Amino acid sequence: MAQLVIRERSKNTSLVRTGLHVREAGLALVFILPSLAGFLVFFVAPAIRGLYISFTDWNLLTQPKAVGLANYVALLSDPDFWNALKVTVFYVLWNIPLQTVLAVMVALVMNTAANSTLLKGVILLPWLMPNVVVALLWVWLLDPTVGLINVAVKALGGPLLPFLSSPGTALPTIAGINIWRYLGYTALLVFAGLQAIPTDVYEAARIDGANDRQSFWRITLPLLRPVLAFVVVTSVLGSFQIFDTVAVTTKGGPINATKVFNYMIYQQAFERFQMGYAAAVSMVLFLILVGVGLLQMKLLRAGEVET
Amino acid sequence: MKLSLAARALFWAAVAVISFVTLFPFYWSVRTAFAFPRGVYSHPTEFLPPEPTLGNFERVLGLVDSATSVRLGGSGQTIHFFVFLRNSILVSALITIGQTFFSAAAAYAFARLRFPLSRQIFGFYLSALMVPGIVLLIPNFILIKSLGWLNTYQGIAAPAFLMSPFAVFFMRQFFLGLSRELEEAARVEGAGRVRIFFQIAVPLSMTAITTLAIITFIYSWNDYLWPLLVGKSEGVRMLTVALGVFRQQGAQNLPDWAGLMAGTTLAILPTLVLFLALGRRVINSIGFTGFR
Repeated sequence: MAQLVIRERSKNTSLVRTGLHVREAGLALVFILPSLAGFLVFFVAPAIRGLYISFTDWNLLTQPKAVGLANYVALLSDPDFWNALKVTVFYVLWNIPLQTVLAVMVALVMNTAANSTLLKGVILLPWLMPNVVVALLWVWLLDPTVGLINVAVKALGGPLLPFLSSPGTALPTIAGINIWRYLGYTALLVFAGLQAIPTDVYEAARIDGANDRQSFWRITLPLLRPVLAFVVVTSVLGSFQIFDTVAVTTKGGPINATKVFNYMIYQQAFERFQMGYAAAVSMVLFLILVGVGLLQMKLLRAGEVET
Repeated sequence: MKLSLAARALFWAAVAVISFVTLFPFYWSVRTAFAFPRGVYSHPTEFLPPEPTLGNFERVLGLVDSATSVRLGGSGQTIHFFVFLRNSILVSALITIGQTFFSAAAAYAFARLRFPLSRQIFGFYLSALMVPGIVLLIPNFILIKSLGWLNTYQGIAAPAFLMSPFAVFFMRQFFLGLSRELEEAARVEGAGRVRIFFQIAVPLSMTAITTLAIITFIYSWNDYLWPLLVGKSEGVRMLTVALGVFRQQGAQNLPDWAGLMAGTTLAILPTLVLFLALGRRVINSIGFTGFR
């Protein structure tokens, strides 16, 4: 009898609980519904639709025509695609190593000499500005005829520096502009990582007779590894997707020297209206980014055990 | 750390170089914006604006007629940065309010409420951070086009209005770190979840919400490709797009650098003001999450 009562009671409370859960779930739905709608309409649906479009031939005017894998087959023999791959990879190589090294140096300077909010604000400024503005500032400074840098170099007897107007220098110049924009932001991330390293580790190393250089290579860098991994992975993925600076400065030129993936896709879709082909290239870029991301995480995690 | 005098001098020299390299391009843009267009060409290295004038701002804001514009050194064509400035403020404000509010609400549910598939949905949101923007761009453009929303404010704002995965992530992190005690106490006293959200969670999170709002505003303000595609017409054109268009004009004449830099200065100004007023929060939160 007693057992029965207990069973009865527990059944009751669980009923109450389920009731509460249903109410809480209903309420949660109200809270997340707008974001869920936005997510489904502007993230999930377009991702699926983009995949579908990549299997079609479509110029926006007529109905899309299913062509199977034709776009993917076509891009394998498209010199434009291989050019975009080459240009984008070179861009990332011009951009990321230098940016990361400079960011670590700036962060070390801040860590040693000046942990001031003012300095942080100053170096963060370029990152807060539109890419378009940053590009224009530098287009003006680097202008071949009246830009300050070339006029000054000429006054000192130097040669005309072509910067954005020559195929050989345009890509590194754009990389330089973006290093200028992202340096402060990246340095602040590294700086936050430096601040998290406890000072007594350095004290102990000094007592053991380590000099500054040794403690940088043996302590700072290994302990900074997770932060650096985060910084490098995110900046490489961002760097692969550069568009604005190219669109404002060179429009992919001169002679396709700066036609990165995103600019190529933009031209295919919105200047030539080859939606299917553009979507296919964007899907390939997605796959490349997933691959690059996974590879980097693996590389950056490798050897973690030994340190 | 104790440093020798020489080392300290070296570090401060480095700080000076870093600050100079960062700030000088901004100064040069402002200097050019205040220079008479002719002077930009005749005195390309003068540190202060040659023949200082406010004329460039008057020209690009469309405050003067075409004859006056020519007298001020322009091409005589009217430019309406005033309209573009308004559009940028309007669209960015719209996105900021919508995205911050709806993302905060969703984040609260993910942090505090128990409901089926909660973790899966949140994980799904996060996975969108991996998808490159260009993949979604083409289908989203087609969607906005088929809705007839090209060249409308809602067309530019729609994809970012209801959420961004990052905003939900950011606010969820914050809510998770918030002490539950106050909320539990309010529940015992019979307050409903909605009331608790608005009267306890939101006020306690004002710092995080403002930080997120500032970042969202700046991101919308800076955006280029999306407004370039869906907001081409002058009535809804945003400042960044207008600057890109302005740069491409005047190929037959000498480029109007003074006018272009006046426009650029206008695009810098709101961010600068916002940053000077509330920047400390943005700076301090960067080490905390690592924005995007």
